[in-house]
Amino acid sequence: MNSTVATPAKPAAATRPGSPVVINEDANHELAIRVEDLNLWYGEKQALKNINIDVFQKNVTALIGPSGCGKSTFLRCLNRMNDLIRSVRIEGLVEMDGRDVNARNMDEVALRRRVGMVFQKPNPFPKSIYDNIAYAPTMHDLVSRRADKDDLVESALRDAGLWEEVKDILDQPGTSLSGGQQQRLCIARAIAVKPDVILMDEPTSALDPISTATIEDLMDKLKTQFSIVTVTHNMQQAARVADYTAFFHMGELVEYNDTKTMFSNPNTKKAEDYITGRYG
Amino acid sequence: MSHSFDDISAQLKGRHRRTKRLKFMSMGALALAATFLVVFIGDMVMRGYPAFQQAELHVPVTYSEQSQEIPLAAVEEDVRDLVSRGWLRQLPRDMAADASLMGQTIDRWVIADDQVDQYLKGHKSHLKPKQTAVLDRMIENGTAELKFNINFFTTGDSKLPEYAGIWSAAMGTILTLLVTLAFAFPVGVLTAVYLEEFAPDNRFTQAIEININNLAAVPSILFGLLGLAIFINFFGMPRSSPLVGGLTLGLMTLPVIIITTRSALRSVPDTIRQAAFGVGCSRWQVVRDHVLPLSLPGILTGSIIGLAQAMGETAPLIIVGMVAFIPDAPTAITQAATVLPAQIFTWAGEPEQAYVERTAAGILVLLSVLILLNAAAVMLRKKFERRW
Repeated sequence: MNSTVATPAKPAAATRPGSPVVINEDANHELAIRVEDLNLWYGEKQALKNINIDVFQKNVTALIGPSGCGKSTFLRCLNRMNDLIRSVRIEGLVEMDGRDVNARNMDEVALRRRVGMVFQKPNPFPKSIYDNIAYAPTMHDLVSRRADKDDLVESALRDAGLWEEVKDILDQPGTSLSGGQQQRLCIARAIAVKPDVILMDEPTSALDPISTATIEDLMDKLKTQFSIVTVTHNMQQAARVADYTAFFHMGELVEYNDTKTMFSNPNTKKAEDYITGRYG
Repeated sequence: MSHSFDDISAQLKGRHRRTKRLKFMSMGALALAATFLVVFIGDMVMRGYPAFQQAELHVPVTYSEQSQEIPLAAVEEDVRDLVSRGWLRQLPRDMAADASLMGQTIDRWVIADDQVDQYLKGHKSHLKPKQTAVLDRMIENGTAELKFNINFFTTGDSKLPEYAGIWSAAMGTILTLLVTLAFAFPVGVLTAVYLEEFAPDNRFTQAIEININNLAAVPSILFGLLGLAIFINFFGMPRSSPLVGGLTLGLMTLPVIIITTRSALRSVPDTIRQAAFGVGCSRWQVVRDHVLPLSLPGILTGSIIGLAQAMGETAPLIIVGMVAFIPDAPTAITQAATVLPAQIFTWAGEPEQAYVERTAAGILVLLSVLILLNAAAVMLRKKFERRW
């Protein structure tokens, strides 16, 4: 099989194509999601080519690359958001918890319950701050009593670092918050259903630098509980928050590496050129 | 070399002139439309206002056994032709209902004949000189007067103009629109939800879409034929009934509701759908909890406008037999009924001035209800509108 990943430097750790070239010894190495030979087409156009990647639990994995390289498309494969696009065709394996997420017997609703998502533009529901958080857990029957809901709303907002700012205005619409607060509300909404993985699709691209820094700190805290996969245009952000970084180019995974190595001593010429700003 | 301000201003003059010309033209168009509206409504009010008044006569009424047999005997001879025949005909029934009236003579206000009514309103009448002399005397001593015409709002159609009212047509309209709403709203909204949120984009759904759009442009009388063929001939529903009329108008309203609902659904930003899918909503939950509440104002507005359209419709109802003489207000959707525009149409065909008045008054009532419906649409939109 035409693997897009270079030969593993540490055979013991990286026995499969798709494992990062360099393994960070201190990190958790249990697999959250395993992707094997993933191909995706939008109609006739192939957007992802033979992607192999291991996503580790309780780490931040950043996906970088120039616009149109397929990183957002790949992210949406992980919770089957691409199902919503009609012309999409997917081949290959995306495995989570021993199950193929694209299998016929996999319910995409169950999958999304375990793989939450935060979008590029903050998109709180046009409901109160409280209901934004409580809606999904109530729907999934995680809570039903009012007191449990209150506790859950508080803990989700605390985890998202928003509690102190909104605890007195829980009945106000979520859309009345500032952009950065809205994005943290969306993160709180995602973590309220206690997913295993949180996908973030350029979560800070619509935010100012201060809100961005807040979200980055938040990602650092959240990775103790969740596996985070984030797409970013901002390479400094990847360098700051990610444990592992995957570099996509023209629908291919060019390099998947320990972040430190990726930014100091990348294995591939393409990654090096992109990171040093020669294109992209 | 750059241009001076004067050069630029010289060139700008023409452009500003064109702007001004366009502004005046659009203002002229608005003024023209407003004039037509004012003239139309003014004319209707002028013609229709008299119908809200009815001549009544203050006469002694004798309740006796003779007048129970021959109601004409209840009033004195010189006013017999001036009092409404409809009122006299009702006298025995009044006496049967209230036995204490027997043997009494009561001075009371009695509804006058339509010719008296026209005479009092200063219109041409067919009264004989002898009758007008009596009437003039009564007007002078205050026993003949124009009073508020309560009958217009409480009775149905009648062959006696002074008893012809809007009530049965109004009831018919209400029942018909209820049927229309009960049929077209759920079917239309669900169709739109399916097409917009569930249906795959293929030849079949595209064909359905084109057909729905075309359906909205089909002449309404054809829906009447469809209603006749399906509901009356095939299903054997009673003709002239609000059930058939409502379903027929429902077929006509369906495309309007589908189209407006679809555009309301489409105006809900996709980010909301993604957010809902992202937290693990099923498609139905996305629609029920997020998309429908957000598009509700648009759906309601569209439906009310569709209903208002149906309310003003006459042509398809001719075919299912709802343009007819219906004196009694229907109480069930299977009884014979007529509707407001059909009542107006019927009255418009009558030669008597009293019916001409009622035609205009009926138009005023219909317009008021339409304005109320549209105001309701605006208020609902305001109430449910949410920002995101």
